[in-house]
Amino acid sequence: MNRTLDKRLADDLVRPLFHTSVWFYAIVVAAGTVVACGAGAWGYQLWYGIGLSGKRWPTFWALYLTNFVFWIGISHAGTLISAILRLVNAGWRRPVTRCAEVITVFALMIGAMFPIIHLGRPWLAFWLFPYPSSREIWPNFRSPLAWDFFAINTYLTGSVLFLFLPMIPDFALVRDRSTGWRRTLYGTLAFGWRGTTKQWNRLETAMQIMAVAILPVAVSVHTIVSFDFSMANVPMWHSTIFGPYFVAGAIFSGIAGLILAMAALRKALHLERYLLPLHFDNLGKLLLLMCILWGYFVFNERLTTWYGNEPSEMAVFWATQRGDYAPLYWTMVIGNFVMPLLILANPKTRTILGTVIASFGVVIGMWLERFLIVVPSLTHKQLPYSWGTYWPTPVELFIMAATFAGMILLYTLFAKFVPIISIWEMRAGLPSRMDQAVLAEERLQSTRLDSEPLGSTAGPEGASR
Amino acid sequence: MAYRWGMAVDLDKCTGCEACVTACHAENNIPTVSAQQAARGRAMHWIRVERYYEGDFPDVRVKFRPVLCQHCDNAPCEAVCPTYAAHHNEDGLNAQVYNRCIGTRYCANACSYNVRFFNFFNPEWPKPLHLQLNPDVSVREVGVMEKCTFCVQRIRAAKIAAKAEKRAIVDGVLQPACAQACPTTAIVFGDLNDPESRVARLARSPRGTKLLEDLGAEPKITYLQKQPWYESDPR
Repeated sequence: MNRTLDKRLADDLVRPLFHTSVWFYAIVVAAGTVVACGAGAWGYQLWYGIGLSGKRWPTFWALYLTNFVFWIGISHAGTLISAILRLVNAGWRRPVTRCAEVITVFALMIGAMFPIIHLGRPWLAFWLFPYPSSREIWPNFRSPLAWDFFAINTYLTGSVLFLFLPMIPDFALVRDRSTGWRRTLYGTLAFGWRGTTKQWNRLETAMQIMAVAILPVAVSVHTIVSFDFSMANVPMWHSTIFGPYFVAGAIFSGIAGLILAMAALRKALHLERYLLPLHFDNLGKLLLLMCILWGYFVFNERLTTWYGNEPSEMAVFWATQRGDYAPLYWTMVIGNFVMPLLILANPKTRTILGTVIASFGVVIGMWLERFLIVVPSLTHKQLPYSWGTYWPTPVELFIMAATFAGMILLYTLFAKFVPIISIWEMRAGLPSRMDQAVLAEERLQSTRLDSEPLGSTAGPEGASR
Repeated sequence: MAYRWGMAVDLDKCTGCEACVTACHAENNIPTVSAQQAARGRAMHWIRVERYYEGDFPDVRVKFRPVLCQHCDNAPCEAVCPTYAAHHNEDGLNAQVYNRCIGTRYCANACSYNVRFFNFFNPEWPKPLHLQLNPDVSVREVGVMEKCTFCVQRIRAAKIAAKAEKRAIVDGVLQPACAQACPTTAIVFGDLNDPESRVARLARSPRGTKLLEDLGAEPKITYLQKQPWYESDPR
């Protein structure tokens, strides 16, 4: 039994919960200020009306819906990727899954706020709920927005469960190591976990079921988000490719978001021994795959539109290709395709820094992609007399900045109160089941950090099961 | 038999005077927005006169096309509304229930004619226009969509009067504000279910076309216009 190793693992991963650095407060204050500004901007908009945003006739959807689609896309980082990696039992997934699943939950919460922020009368948003009301009227189930409501709620519920279930043994571990209010808090969250064989079996079964169940939900969510656009007879929206195109883009931006979050955690919480170059390399390969897939979808969409040569669609096509929106379009192509392809296709540049740079490009590019789907079509609908423009206002930009700061804030707080790397899964990965490559890398890293190399014997958890 | 309200607009008669636009504003309590807001695309005109130019200067011909809600039989705005604020009523009107609207603005995106308008702010009227509001029409608050109703308040009043006298509505008596104000009688309104009504006869005219008919929304407004094939037709 390599008890020292096991103890070090738990020590390392629980340490951030008990030791608070100045940086934690700095980040919380900075991000909190931006979030407060955004909340103020929203309050201002609630008071005076949606006219404070840049929306106008006929551009009735703009920045809020762009952010909605973008954040729902980012949410595909976690649950989908971690479910796939769990199902194929990829050993290297262990330190990655929880960082990813948290992104899903927070990005979904942020994304789901936007349809409400964008409403003309947000205080009546509950009219989308199907409940027997005094108005004696159900939501219109023919409306893609009603489908959205159900899809996002299902995905959010599933993701929260998927995140929470594997946290239970870790809550128990923290409970056993803490005193005072922490003991009460984590004791409650651990739901009486004692680590019996029965409990382990149930957890494993539940995780298997959730991993299988969450996959179709994740795919359907972004397909249904794409239906918001593709169901309407608007030039360049009304397209059958939108479902898979949106899902591919979502996974693409999700992986990029995950890489950025992992790189930040690695630095901030000193997890160099757990989040290894190998993880960035593997995720970089996944990102490369999605990059090529995204390029394929865009090529298909553009080629069929151009070849079909339908006048109203061509107006949108040229507006994005070489008109007002061309600078954004070509930035998107470089950020989403050219740059990631060049960086990630070469194993020499597929380093941590390389994948982080590529991910930055992808996140910006995917945001622009969402914008270029929403806005140019609405400003170039069928009747040229009613063509319009759009320019965002400070209120919209503040609210948008607040969501990015909100993500940082929520993530920082989460990493403060919950072990961001699943301790029990890392322990379960310690014995021979662990991927040989990880093991080799671990050895390399640990010798460098002058601690004893990771052994190959089972930890107590593994032995008890 | 139920009514099915429709309209015919004779583009050969339209002079682009915009009397219909003004009449509509007065009848339906449509807010006037400030010049600054109008420049930002917040002006609301349930009916607008689109201008199209043919030829090069100095030999230019201007064409006018009044565009209002087409009251489509297969309206794309109705399906997408999550709260049934946009719905089809028994007269075939494409109705908008302001109190049900939560302001998703999806209907405006789905509408290919861009004839739906959003209350970006609470409505305002420069004095003394606030004293001339029509008591038969509700004033819409911030955050809801609105659009041409075919002057549903006049339709309701006419139906009640006709029911009291146990008769059908006489063709040509009931007119929306735009048709009433049109100096060249380019706009004709009536019941499409009555094959002898003026609007039904005009809807069958070989001069008639529908706006963006190929999109399949089945609009109920017929635009009449001298057609090339009609010109060569010896009748």
